[in-house]
Amino acid sequence: MTLTELTALELLREMEAGSATAVEVTTAFLDQIERHDQQIGAFLRVDRDAALARAGDVDRRRRAGEKLGPLAGLPVAVKDNICVAGEPTTCASKMLEHYRPPYNATVVEKLLAADAVLLGKTNLDEFAMGGSTENSALGVTRNPWDTTRTPGGSSGGSAACVAASMAPVAIGSDTGGSIRQPAGLCGVTGLKPTYGRISRYGLVAFASSLDQIGPLTRTAADAALMLETLAGHDLHDSTSADAETPSFTQSLDQPLANLRIGVVREHFGEGLDAEVEASVREAVRVYESLGATVVDVSLPHGKYGIAAYYLVGSSEASSNLARYDGAHYGYRTDEQAMRAELDAERKAAVQAGRDPEAIDSPLVRMYRRSRAEGLGDEVKRRIMLGTYALSAGYKDAYYVKALQVRRLIRNDYDAAFQQVDLLAGPVSPTPAFPLGEKTEDPLAMYLVDLYTVGANLSGVAGISVPCGFSSGGLPIGLQLQAPPLAEDRLLRAAHMFQQTTDWHTRRPSL
Amino acid sequence: MAYTEALAVSYDHPFTVIIGLETHVQLLTESKLFCRCSTTFGEPPNTQTCPVCTGSPGALPVMNAEAFRLSVKTAVALNCRIPEFTKWDRKQYYYPDLPKGYQISQFDLPMSEDGWLEIADPLNPDDVRRIGIIRAHLEEDAGKSMHDEAAGKSDTRIDLNRTGTPLLEIVTQPDLRSAAEAKAYLTELKLLLMYLGVSDCNMQEGSLRVDANVNLHIETDGGKIATPIVEVKNLNSFRAVERALTYEVDRQYHEWCDTGRKLGDPGVSKQTSGWDDAAQRTRLQRSKEESSDYRYFPDPDLVPVVVSPEEVEAVRQALGELPAALRSRLESQYELKAYDADVIVNQGRAVVDYYETLAAASGDPRRASNWLQQDVLRTLNEMSLTIEQFPLTAAGLGELLKLVEQGDLDNTKAKDVFAHMLAHGESAAQAMKSLGIEQVDDSALETLCQELLDANPKTIADVQAGKMQAVGALIGQAKKKNPNVNPADVKRICLELIARM
Ligand SMILES: [Zn+2]
Repeated sequence: MTLTELTALELLREMEAGSATAVEVTTAFLDQIERHDQQIGAFLRVDRDAALARAGDVDRRRRAGEKLGPLAGLPVAVKDNICVAGEPTTCASKMLEHYRPPYNATVVEKLLAADAVLLGKTNLDEFAMGGSTENSALGVTRNPWDTTRTPGGSSGGSAACVAASMAPVAIGSDTGGSIRQPAGLCGVTGLKPTYGRISRYGLVAFASSLDQIGPLTRTAADAALMLETLAGHDLHDSTSADAETPSFTQSLDQPLANLRIGVVREHFGEGLDAEVEASVREAVRVYESLGATVVDVSLPHGKYGIAAYYLVGSSEASSNLARYDGAHYGYRTDEQAMRAELDAERKAAVQAGRDPEAIDSPLVRMYRRSRAEGLGDEVKRRIMLGTYALSAGYKDAYYVKALQVRRLIRNDYDAAFQQVDLLAGPVSPTPAFPLGEKTEDPLAMYLVDLYTVGANLSGVAGISVPCGFSSGGLPIGLQLQAPPLAEDRLLRAAHMFQQTTDWHTRRPSL
Repeated sequence: MAYTEALAVSYDHPFTVIIGLETHVQLLTESKLFCRCSTTFGEPPNTQTCPVCTGSPGALPVMNAEAFRLSVKTAVALNCRIPEFTKWDRKQYYYPDLPKGYQISQFDLPMSEDGWLEIADPLNPDDVRRIGIIRAHLEEDAGKSMHDEAAGKSDTRIDLNRTGTPLLEIVTQPDLRSAAEAKAYLTELKLLLMYLGVSDCNMQEGSLRVDANVNLHIETDGGKIATPIVEVKNLNSFRAVERALTYEVDRQYHEWCDTGRKLGDPGVSKQTSGWDDAAQRTRLQRSKEESSDYRYFPDPDLVPVVVSPEEVEAVRQALGELPAALRSRLESQYELKAYDADVIVNQGRAVVDYYETLAAASGDPRRASNWLQQDVLRTLNEMSLTIEQFPLTAAGLGELLKLVEQGDLDNTKAKDVFAHMLAHGESAAQAMKSLGIEQVDDSALETLCQELLDANPKTIADVQAGKMQAVGALIGQAKKKNPNVNPADVKRICLELIARM
């Protein structure tokens, strides 16, 4: 068996047993990237030398008998909206194409402290806005199962690289489904932990109250390992959960007795692909066969989820992205061209008898042009939507109303979790869709988050696990959701499923 | 000339001035409001910055608990209510020295509201005016833009050292009725902040900045009208506040006479102006680029702050004695005049402490007050010293005053001794020795007086005839014979001797 086929836990065991070195493991994945990433486009940047140097250091310290971290020698790919000091962190935007942060994100600090090997940075929809990784300003990512299709988004690069065996694990971020949906479409396991479970410090903000970092892995067991390593309260993030981090890997094999699984009625309605529905229902039957009770539950306000999500998320995004103005860092428009344009406009205004002072000041023009040139259409669309939703006269009707709906959605979850331990349903309405299919129709693209946004709006934990394939050979994902801080239950249930089924072991032929 | 006097002579219509102040106070914390960067003033540009205060992508703010504690302390001292729950909001606007594109502030749930500060009425210092405080809320400061327009360039350089410095914005009700009252309010507020130790109130360094909202309610034949409200921004000295308001009152009156424009007319909105100190006038700022839609919303990066009534009570208990209470205590405990108590209290807590020690050591609080105000404060002023740097301890000076009080030393000599103590760091007794001033005991003095009376029978006769002041002639002679004699003692003993004759 080649190293790139192994799970993270298997790789760590191999290295610990001395049957593979970190350099060998890292080399295997780097070679896989070199062979296949031309075709997939999962990575925006791979630093072969740095990765090998770090792997070599782990091997040297292992030989010297030093105590190593829990991820010693494990290659990890990181979504390119997470800061690595001194390395480009682009958010797949022209705005930050040449930006190098002066500091490490807390998750990166934790990965380094655990002796993981950073393989490189993965592609995403610009600023994590999108469901197909087609909104990247720096290149398209393709689905390893069918390169004419999208890997999903926004963590499409992270999902695709794990699916294509170019990394055993990858770090992503999930604002409305951005880990779970691409994991589903790429046939890997994707965990969105409880809001605040993993520090956001160093995750370039899209929507602060929704954003959550999480792992994309081959198995739930690997997800447990990653969560265990990355979770914990962070003094740099006051919204991070001040809760103990249980040993998720230790509790993984404990049986879940009397498990009650809720099937969300509203997740099986119009728009759900028949093959997806069949696979998900079959997955629920697997749980039944394992002794779980299946309960029909309702999340009645779920139908407002997409609307509330796009109002809250875009409002926060309009604010979070205001800093990209060309003044302090990132892209700035060509100043000479900007001045020439402004001078010409003012001259024309004078000739036409209009007030030249009514035209932008050079500063305002610099902002306008920098943002116009540096940001992509989808990002601009959301900034405008958010600015509108927050502006005087509309705030109560949109932003405040969306917050009220958000509260109702959270109440729905609370009520559902009174009845059941977990919720089960599809991750996304369809398997991976063709590249370009939804790019001209933003609303159709927004609907790919239909089943996932609820977890972000309410802060609960969710996971996507492979549960079948379409007739066209595309992976289908099962979504499980658990109450806040109940990741142990979530991971045990996902692990239980993966002990019984082998969907998660299938790999695309490249 | 303050408008209050001018009012009587040069305006045809009587009017009331309506002023509300917004004061930004920089809190005395070691680090910024949302990161650990230093707040030291005057460091080289951009040396006190980190990913948080430069708004670097991905960085997150974390509240400085000390800043919050200082603001609660201030709000409690301003008699504000402290709600149990407060949150952080983002105020969005674009400016190059605002790196995140928004300022973190408190909007609809500030950390305090509904308080007041009492000031002496400038027109009648015995009366107290209570100025309402609408709210005091915390926010972060912005950076500084430095415009370099040399050699035809129009470069602007940005210094973000100040970004994120904690500011407490204290907003009054429109309760102030004159420029003099505005100044009195600011003086009292500054004193309070100094007593609380929450700010150094250094206006040159921007630790205290004032915006003033002002308009007039003019009485006309057709009833009372209000002139458009003008906000005068960034007043950086009390003098500027007083002058800008005086100017603006006059300007608004005359503008109303010329144009008749009033508040509520179509197209009339609040205007913003700045004070031009060189020209001694306010200047209207262009309002075109000023959009007032800040799109406030709760900052999702910061958790709300919960303050329990017990915590507020603990702060209240630990406040210490504040200026108003101190003034009345000095008046009652030491029988000082209101004016004197005010002078002492206005010098700050250290001077008050000095005074109290001096009063106790000298045994004469009023004499202590006089000496403090005349000799000590004058010396501090001349030598540019603080009371902490003053070479004479209150106990040491107290010894000197006690000698005066006991009649062992007259005032003139005491001043010499004071100067000598200051110059040579000697105690009162040492200084007297050094100066050759000896205390004359009563029996020696009696002998001397008897000799003088014997030599001046006319004085005896005059005194016996009821002209007590005739003794005065003997004092000069006594001093010639012994420079150390105390004139009051000479007078007393001579009178006693004559009475016994
Ligand atoms: Zn800082």
